[in-house]
Amino acid sequence: MVLVYAESPKGQFKKAAFEAVTYGKKVAGLLGVPCVAITLGTNVSGAGELGRYGAARVLNIADAGLNQLDSQSATAALAAAAQQLGAGVLILAHNSTGKTLAGRLAVRLNAGLVSGVNGLPEGNGSELRVKKSVFSGKAVVEYALTSTVKVLSLMGNAVRPESTGEPVAVETLTVEVPANRIRVKEVKTIEGRVPLPEAETVVSAGRGMKDPANWGIVEELAEVIGATTACSRPVADSHWRPHHEHVGQTGIAIRPNLYIAIGISGAIQHLAGVNNSKVIVVINKDAEAPFFKAADYGVVGDLFEVVPRLTAAFQRFKASN
Amino acid sequence: MKILVCISQTPDTTAKISFNAEGTEFNNAGVQFIMNPYDEWYALVRACELRESLGGTVVALNVGPAANETTIRKALAIGADEAVRIDADPKSAAFVAKQIAEYAKSQNFDLVFFGKETIDYNGSEVGAMVAEHLDLPYVSYACKLELNGNTATLERDIEGGVEVLEVDLPLCLSAAKGMAEQRIPNMRGIMMARTKPLNVVPPASFEEPVKTVKFTLPPAKAGVKLVDPENMDELVRLLHEEAKVI
Ligand SMILES: Cc1cc2nc3c(=O)[nH]c(=O)nc-3n(C[C@H](O)[C@H](O)[C@H](O)COP(=O)(O)OP(=O)(O)OC[C@H]3O[C@@H](n4cnc5c(N)ncnc54)[C@H](O)[C@@H]3O)c2cc1C
Ligand SMILES: Nc1ncnc2c1ncn2[C@@H]1O[C@H](COP(=O)(O)O)[C@@H](O)[C@H]1O
Repeated sequence: MVLVYAESPKGQFKKAAFEAVTYGKKVAGLLGVPCVAITLGTNVSGAGELGRYGAARVLNIADAGLNQLDSQSATAALAAAAQQLGAGVLILAHNSTGKTLAGRLAVRLNAGLVSGVNGLPEGNGSELRVKKSVFSGKAVVEYALTSTVKVLSLMGNAVRPESTGEPVAVETLTVEVPANRIRVKEVKTIEGRVPLPEAETVVSAGRGMKDPANWGIVEELAEVIGATTACSRPVADSHWRPHHEHVGQTGIAIRPNLYIAIGISGAIQHLAGVNNSKVIVVINKDAEAPFFKAADYGVVGDLFEVVPRLTAAFQRFKASN
Repeated sequence: MKILVCISQTPDTTAKISFNAEGTEFNNAGVQFIMNPYDEWYALVRACELRESLGGTVVALNVGPAANETTIRKALAIGADEAVRIDADPKSAAFVAKQIAEYAKSQNFDLVFFGKETIDYNGSEVGAMVAEHLDLPYVSYACKLELNGNTATLERDIEGGVEVLEVDLPLCLSAAKGMAEQRIPNMRGIMMARTKPLNVVPPASFEEPVKTVKFTLPPAKAGVKLVDPENMDELVRLLHEEAKVI
């Protein structure tokens, strides 16, 4: 069977968990086996809803130590569950939690691991072939997993959550969980918009903005289309915008459905973090800006005129749809 | 304080990526290699800072062929006290992790640093694997690390925020932006690096659970479609009807 770890930060499921279960259901379909979701902690709410995304069973390991992330106790819990249930494939999200656990789980279960997969595998129970994007989106590699247990971590936004099933009853699974060695003191989250790594729509701006005081037009555009804002590195380095907005090779790598780049030249180090976006729109007054080569749609023009015009066009679109 | 910093070597971001005709091997010709930026800028520099304030030794370790020694010497020039090269082609994260763990298990390091990921395969796999082999706590994406005696206080990047945590040494961690500021090696560092020890260790045997089938280049972009800057309704229409992202 396929076992999916559905992460529930602060007891709540987010998109990453629904994507992982949706993907797990498809992998299970390919292999002709059931998809089982597993949740960790005593504070999980609404786990039965994972049934809607394709989990035939939903299990919970109710240990209070698992309410916070300690990779050793979470690995022990998930590995014990995988062994007890005879899981052939284990799926996690390729996010900050998944990246902390996937490697550990692979070692513990003597499993092959492919992290950050972005498409459905092919093959059967004995050999799975999966693809991922490497070299910052400049190439794709296909791997063959032949180990008895296989671990996959799924890139964010790689599949759309599909809620077509029914909720299921949550069962409790009891396994041995060691005491935590990590003491989580505080979790500080930035309230408001969807965090960049999870955002489906991103509006990003660069040095072409000239001055931090000009960011109002970027924020208005983002507001109208429900986007998260991002920026290029020099913009973050000169404190025009907060550091957590910096995307690129040295910042955050993202893969939204829509990336709108405003006044950004499109240096290779910037592209490294964004060229996995599904659709890229570039607004730049320089027709020779390298970003146009990576773009799907381009507007050659002065951003101070184009951006407010685009915001108005989106507003008209929203009003008539 | 005994600190291990695992450094990898990657093609420079600006490198042209190509493969042999069968798509089975990366084409090294004309490619400039660099130390993985997260390992160099954040992990190594923070390790050196801790050694400077607390004393001890920083060991830089690379799993790779002799050609990687230029990168290893750079780590020594930035401030590592000694280096180890495990003499093998770094075929996969699992292989590399096994080699690092075999070396580290008898050395009693207080801290084992990794970068948050290598910029070529973008795996973020090795650190967690080594931590499991060594049965040590692992903090990924650490953007801050302070030590107070035997206790480390860390901040780690999570989606949309940071987590503040405490853990007792020994510990494995992967370093992200914020951990330290990049250091450019100076002339004295470069001279001293030549005389620092670089030990070459043979690899341990390992059975590969994942095989690379082939590399391909992504389909070329269809080319940009330019939209009249006066007509943003047209762009919205295209995003809605053609690209279907709105
Ligand atoms: C090792 C390394 C790592 C790096 N990592 C990153 C990274 O992670 N992320 C990152 O972003 N960069 C990174 N960089 C920096 C990168 O190389 C570029 O310098 C940077 O991305 C440029 O930022 P920019 O496009 O905002 O500014 P610029 O290159 O100055 O471009 C500004 C653009 O705005 C346009 N413009 C100006 N005025 C207007 C107007 N009125 N209307 C429309 N367009 C206008 C200009 O035509 C120009 O194309 C890295 C560099 C190195 C060496
Ligand atoms: N060949 C290698 N030798 C030493 N350390 C490595 C090697 N490959 C990866 N690492 C370390 O593991 C980290 C994560 O790598 P990865 O799992 O490939 O993303 C890197 O930032 C390095 O610290």
